[in-house]
Amino acid sequence: MAQLPALDELIACPSCDALYLERDVAPGETASCLRCHAVLEAPRRTAMTRIIMLALAAIILMVAAIFFPFLELEVAGRAHRASLLDTVRAFSSGLTAPLTVAMAALIVILPLTRFGAIIYTLAPMAFGNHPWPHAQSAFRMAEALRPWAMAEVFIVGVAVALVKVAGLAHLSLGPAFWAFVGLVIVTVLKDNFMSRLTVWKTLDTRRKF
Amino acid sequence: MENAGHAPQILTAKAAGLVGCVQCGRVHRPGVMVCDRCGAAIASRDTTSVQRVWAWLFAGLVVYVPANIYPMLRTTVLGKTSESTIFGGVVDLMHHGSYGIAAIVFFASIIIPCSKFAAIAFLALSVQRKVRMSAGARHKLYEVVEFVGRWSMIDVFVVAILASLVQLDFAASINPGIAAVSFAVSVAFTMISAESFDSRLIWDADEDEHHG
Repeated sequence: MAQLPALDELIACPSCDALYLERDVAPGETASCLRCHAVLEAPRRTAMTRIIMLALAAIILMVAAIFFPFLELEVAGRAHRASLLDTVRAFSSGLTAPLTVAMAALIVILPLTRFGAIIYTLAPMAFGNHPWPHAQSAFRMAEALRPWAMAEVFIVGVAVALVKVAGLAHLSLGPAFWAFVGLVIVTVLKDNFMSRLTVWKTLDTRRKF
Repeated sequence: MENAGHAPQILTAKAAGLVGCVQCGRVHRPGVMVCDRCGAAIASRDTTSVQRVWAWLFAGLVVYVPANIYPMLRTTVLGKTSESTIFGGVVDLMHHGSYGIAAIVFFASIIIPCSKFAAIAFLALSVQRKVRMSAGARHKLYEVVEFVGRWSMIDVFVVAILASLVQLDFAASINPGIAAVSFAVSVAFTMISAESFDSRLIWDADEDEHHG
């Protein structure tokens, strides 16, 4: 290994540090690490446009989920309706108040911030322009927030809660519930299309040309 | 992509005297502090990683105790209030015959947090001591821990949904208990603990073994 290629031609696996020669990976193909099997690059044709569209759809669905009724409970002719914001506010009284902030962040604010940051990073490049300033910080933030945007965990929580209550009362799902289900599907699709190293590479080359 | 070393064994950036960025994979000469591609801070190995893992893990363990002792839910039916802990909630669900849901809650709130504590402790120990498990298997374990961590938050969300929905004045109302806070904090701390772990350390220990 006396003669190592130039740094630009190398890539290190972020998970296990294995060193590889950078090759152009064809769209549709996936390059993964030989040792730890982490996906290194997975470019997809028109991935950028698709990710932006999905992120936009997710934002619209989130807005719908916030403003439409989420769930409605009916016992002996008396109905109680809860919106997504009511769910967030559930902890607001007494000692559990700090959880309100956390709930709002995990379910609404962080997912929205992530979608926004991803659109900010990719939109100019999808139109063939230079990335906007601070695109790197935006994308780094989007990646750091990934585990903390818990929309899909929340929807499973809703399912569990529904079963718990189903025996006691008649329950109906509002439009916001379906908007939120759509949001989860769109988020999962978007994250599957997006390959972190590919985005960084594209950002880097687009910045220079 | 082929390994740049062309050797049967995998050449790492560290072994080649270089530093890889964990965010974007770019390779740098040693001494560079910030990645010029993505702007992330870079280090050949995060030397304080294991310390931070232990600190967050212990913090998570400590707050997990009140999460199990104090009530998660306060249910008032016709003026009578009853409180249930995490485990109590699982038992209630089983009494109602919803075994599937009981299993989900039991897994998300008890099995997953406990096995996560054990798995993170094991991984942190494994980079300091020799263990039998191969590096490949430990890497897989780390990926599972990272993936599964956030799902423990289910129970907190269930409490929030129930509390916002079941507010029928005198007839029935559900309010969150203080355990919800410590449980959420415990999940967050263990997530930070898992994220603090530098997975490259798993492979380093393995290499040292091969080289002698």
